[in-house]
Amino acid sequence: MSPTTSTEPKVPAQRGGSAGNGADAGRERVSAFWSLSRAMLLSFRRDRSALFFVMLFPLMFLLLFGTLLKGATSPHAKVAQVGAVQVLDSVQGEGRTELEKVLQISKVDDESAALTKVRKGDLDAVIKQDPDGRIELRFSTADQVRAGSVQGILNSIVQQANQAAYKEATGKPPAFTLDATQVEDQSLKPIQFLTPGLLGWAVATGAVFGASLTLVGWRQKKVLRRLRLAPVSAFSVIASRVVVSTVTALAQTAIFLVVATTPYFGLKLTGNWWLIIPLVICATIAFMSIGLLAGSIAKTEEAANGISQIIVLPMSFLSGSFFKMDDAPTWLKTISEALPLRHLVDAAGSVLSRGGGVMDALPTMGILLGFAVVLTLISAKLFKWDDV
Amino acid sequence: MTAAISADGIRQRYGDVQAVDGVSLTVEAGEFYGILGPNGAGKTTTLEILEGIRKPDEGRVELLGMAPWPRNPKLLPRIGVQFQASAFFRKLTARETIRTFASFYGTGPKRADAMLERVGLADKAGSMTEEMSGGQAQRLSIACALAHDPELVFLDEPTTGLDPQARRNLWDLLRDINREGRTVVLTTHYLDEAEVLCDRVSIMDHGKILHTGAPAALIRELDDTVRITVESGQLAVDRARELLTAAGAEIAALEDDGVSLSVSTRLPAPILAVLAEQNALRGLEVRGATLEDVFLQLTGREYRA
Repeated sequence: MSPTTSTEPKVPAQRGGSAGNGADAGRERVSAFWSLSRAMLLSFRRDRSALFFVMLFPLMFLLLFGTLLKGATSPHAKVAQVGAVQVLDSVQGEGRTELEKVLQISKVDDESAALTKVRKGDLDAVIKQDPDGRIELRFSTADQVRAGSVQGILNSIVQQANQAAYKEATGKPPAFTLDATQVEDQSLKPIQFLTPGLLGWAVATGAVFGASLTLVGWRQKKVLRRLRLAPVSAFSVIASRVVVSTVTALAQTAIFLVVATTPYFGLKLTGNWWLIIPLVICATIAFMSIGLLAGSIAKTEEAANGISQIIVLPMSFLSGSFFKMDDAPTWLKTISEALPLRHLVDAAGSVLSRGGGVMDALPTMGILLGFAVVLTLISAKLFKWDDV
Repeated sequence: MTAAISADGIRQRYGDVQAVDGVSLTVEAGEFYGILGPNGAGKTTTLEILEGIRKPDEGRVELLGMAPWPRNPKLLPRIGVQFQASAFFRKLTARETIRTFASFYGTGPKRADAMLERVGLADKAGSMTEEMSGGQAQRLSIACALAHDPELVFLDEPTTGLDPQARRNLWDLLRDINREGRTVVLTTHYLDEAEVLCDRVSIMDHGKILHTGAPAALIRELDDTVRITVESGQLAVDRARELLTAAGAEIAALEDDGVSLSVSTRLPAPILAVLAEQNALRGLEVRGATLEDVFLQLTGREYRA
């Protein structure tokens, strides 16, 4: 022992260290995992700008787009009926009230004047019946959504009339019946694609930025180094971050669904809507792997922010988060197929309001998790503990 | 007893810079050990290699008889590391911060809170770490390094940027930590800090250890002169030289710069006697050699932190 300057004797203490046997080690991992999760949730909850950016900002878009597009496709399609149309005229009583909720039918005599109105967009369609029972529907495609809904409604009415006629004639029930939900499906209201689209964008934003900024921030502030010098497994660190991002994403989902299903926006959830929960969890993991990659490449928080934005925004546009990709050129659609957000948006739309079931969600969940595995492996190669 | 730290021939190069150039050192259990040197001397890199954060290009390190690299989860609970920068989670209070770090080691909240009190932050427990002063953040950082009761503690420039009062408070804390039997390794670029705290100091420059020893022994080895100064104008230089020579005092240097009259000597007693006789003791200062002088002699240049 070297000479000491202190006057008091030094006693090298016997330190048991509470970190001894295996049972203890197991308990520690659990407690490290939960306390890390808690620390990250508290950081997030107290960070007003992050809270706004991740939780409120996407919700504002839902309110804005939802309200703007609401008028564009009011359920009232305006239809002119030329002369007598048996299938329409025969709908009376309660059925008539239901029909008038979706179709505003005006009776006219001048067919060519009515067609001019359709061309100008004052009317959505003209209906007339030939003497031999053929029903002619002439519509404008200026508003595709409404054109589709008019067609769908008419189609359904004709089908029902046919079935009734068949039953009357033969005394047998029809061989084929149409699912009554078809009417609902055909009339794609904006809220039906806005909700999954904007929700997907919100989940992607939260998870990509959450993962990349946390990683870079921790590296810059040497928190990563401190974690590395503590007996905490990398699994605990990653798992706690996943749990925090997932909780955030599920909270976003809940808020979105509550807002979208208000009578004002009128989203109607279909049977297996709960499948959105496993879908959002898988998507969060996939988006976090993007953030992990961005955070592994970026050296500063500014760079991580930029890289994340460059990925999230174009991905959202190409995935149909803000508008549908139906009319996009084929090559863009092909690119879009490679994006995890596209798969989430499609599957979410399907299970939320279009009657999709487990088989619509499962393949998407597989794709999302596979995507996450690939990107995580790449990130592991690029990962750095320190910025020097 | 196994040495707390033994390092042999460690080298680390960054591009063209040989940051650590063959450092070997041994730290005994219970020792307060300092690595002293100016910025860029290679102290921090050396410390990082010892802690096991960095793999040296060459050389071998053992902490408590175990290799710190690759990451060794058995060793980690036995060491505590405080960082230069305050590495905390965002938007957490001091209490939440230390409890989170303590939980990584299976240390409960009670002990974490006790540690907070120990470093004098009990009244700051509810403050966000972002709102703490430099001294408070350093103390919290040290508390986080100590909460799990480690045997071996690494402190990287713990008092940098603190005001003198905060530095002295921190010194008391560090001395207590060491007295409890913990081995403490500290880097610093303050000579006085090393002199006050450390049992042994290694003086480092350009990636090499120039000299190692107890601060007092290093200074004594220096065989340097003592410098005596008094206020100017009490005694003329010529008269002073005359009197001192008559008294048989040994004078290495004598000058008056208009502010102070200063005499350097190896034997201060006769000079002090003459000055007292002449009633010329106003503003008296007697300054022995310090680590600063040791550094000057070892490196041939002025010490600049």
